[in-house]
Amino acid sequence: MISQIPALQVVIPLIGAPLCIILRRGALPWLVALLVSWVALAMAATLLSQVADGTVISYAIGGWLAPLGIEYRVDVLNALMVLLVAGTSSIVLPFAYKSVAKEIPEDRHYLFYSGFLLMLTGLLGMAITGDAFNVFVFIEISSLSSYAMIAMGRDRRALSAAFTYLVMGTVGATFFLIGVGLIYAVTGTLNMADLAERLPPIHESRTVLAAFAFISVGILLKLALFPLHLWLPNAYTYAPSVVTAFLAATATKVALYLLLRFGYTVFGADFVFNIVPSSEVLLALALAGVVVASTVAIFQNDVKRLLAYSSVAQVGYIVLGISYANVTGLTASIVHIFNHAATKGALFLVMGCIAYAAGACRLESFAGLGKRMPLTMAAFVIGGLSLIGVPLTAGFVSKWYLVLGALEKGWWPVAVVILASSLLAAVYVWRVVEIAYFRDPPTDGPVLSDPPLALLAPTWILTGACVYFGIETSLSVGFSEQAARFLMGGS
Amino acid sequence: MKHHLILRVIAKLTIPGILLFGLYVQFHGDYGPGGGFQAGVIFGAGFILYGLVFGLQNLRRVAPASVTTTFIALGVLIFAGVGIASQLLGGNYLDYDVLAADPHAGQHLGILVVELGVGITVAAVMITIFMTFAGRER
Repeated sequence: MISQIPALQVVIPLIGAPLCIILRRGALPWLVALLVSWVALAMAATLLSQVADGTVISYAIGGWLAPLGIEYRVDVLNALMVLLVAGTSSIVLPFAYKSVAKEIPEDRHYLFYSGFLLMLTGLLGMAITGDAFNVFVFIEISSLSSYAMIAMGRDRRALSAAFTYLVMGTVGATFFLIGVGLIYAVTGTLNMADLAERLPPIHESRTVLAAFAFISVGILLKLALFPLHLWLPNAYTYAPSVVTAFLAATATKVALYLLLRFGYTVFGADFVFNIVPSSEVLLALALAGVVVASTVAIFQNDVKRLLAYSSVAQVGYIVLGISYANVTGLTASIVHIFNHAATKGALFLVMGCIAYAAGACRLESFAGLGKRMPLTMAAFVIGGLSLIGVPLTAGFVSKWYLVLGALEKGWWPVAVVILASSLLAAVYVWRVVEIAYFRDPPTDGPVLSDPPLALLAPTWILTGACVYFGIETSLSVGFSEQAARFLMGGS
Repeated sequence: MKHHLILRVIAKLTIPGILLFGLYVQFHGDYGPGGGFQAGVIFGAGFILYGLVFGLQNLRRVAPASVTTTFIALGVLIFAGVGIASQLLGGNYLDYDVLAADPHAGQHLGILVVELGVGITVAAVMITIFMTFAGRER
């Protein structure tokens, strides 16, 4: 049965989604989603243990062998992404039970969990497949379900946020599809490994250049790199808390994985960095994104929105590492994909706790929360420190490698920008902390207290991960470095 | 639409034909033009015509929301279930070869059941979309 895991990894969440609709009563859909997600996590861990030594698993869907059929291809990088997605959903779903009960009308709960599982299916599929067109199908599955999930937010503005995301996301997915169509037209194949062999001889061709442009812009839209990030702040702000935490930790991260996969595996590092000036373009956009988005975050009055802008900045850091085009930079990027997923996941779960207790995440409603909700705000502080990149937190590890990579290239101004933007992060985190700890709670409002354990435990698991990966780096950095070497080494 | 006698009579005459043609496209799809998607649309169109001519309340009586929603899910389950069945019989996911005694019959059976799943979901989705838009004002 172990040989069937690559398919089951995607199929089990896919089967869970309709099951949620059929068993629509009470807590059953939640239970299905939770079980499915935990099974997916167990399978992801098995996959990672199988590929940790550098082997590549290939699985032929329908028995049709690659390059004709759809191939699922698992290597270290894939397995890490699958583990990230399944792990996040496994931590977020226990949180969902109470949070969703509070935020979403009861007659829609089964639709919520069904949509959640479809989102999980899409993200897992994007990460695991080795077929360029299949990637598009899974992008659509995850995107369509996430539009619906965002629209379920309590605020009516959730609808317009979801619609904006729908328009931008569709443009992104269509660009991606046009690009895939162009490379299919010149090579006659859709299998990534096969493409990697057939593209190098025709690298100079204009079709391939256009295809690369379409594919990379499409993916950059999905991963919300500045200035293509405009859909993200509203979508994250108005989506239900659970959806924001899950999307922030996984959706942009899987899109980043696609950027790496298409850049290094399909087109090849030589094409991406020597024939096309990707390094310069990504560097400029990443630096602009880091500075601008961090600055904009400082002026936000809704803390969820503040964190959303901070996400745009963090995506900038990840892309910055890619633009170095060396192993240290790539390691930094992959490590930061994980560390930022843990950090932002934890912070958005804190927002979920506060929305559960206070109903909103506006900055003024944070007054006095340090005393009223001590455990929740302590998690926020630790997450915030990781966002800034203070030593002993996960954020420090990734920034360390980012600075190291910049110095290795001799780009010391970039290192200065990284450090300066950390100060900007300190400013926006401090704004929240100051109000929460040093301002007295309003005397007329309801007395707030920490949410129940069902919400606190998942929040603290992710917060603990921020600290754990800040101290014990052999797991995160070790695997990331292995994945980075695997990508740089070709194949 | 009570006084549109001609419309009602013609609809009554054509709806059974539409549904039957939907089934033909569905089950002949493996050897002729057609398949689950087209069949589902045709089958759903029969229901939509009924709803247009005889009113939404009557359509809701023949296709209640709970039934159409369940059928949407059921079709996906049938499709995915064929894949799981082929895995249980020792093949890869959706490898129809192992479903019957010889590969040819297996491929035939597999695609037939998968298309049935597609047809069920598409027909139910068509009716649901129609009801969602047409029933908005209530």
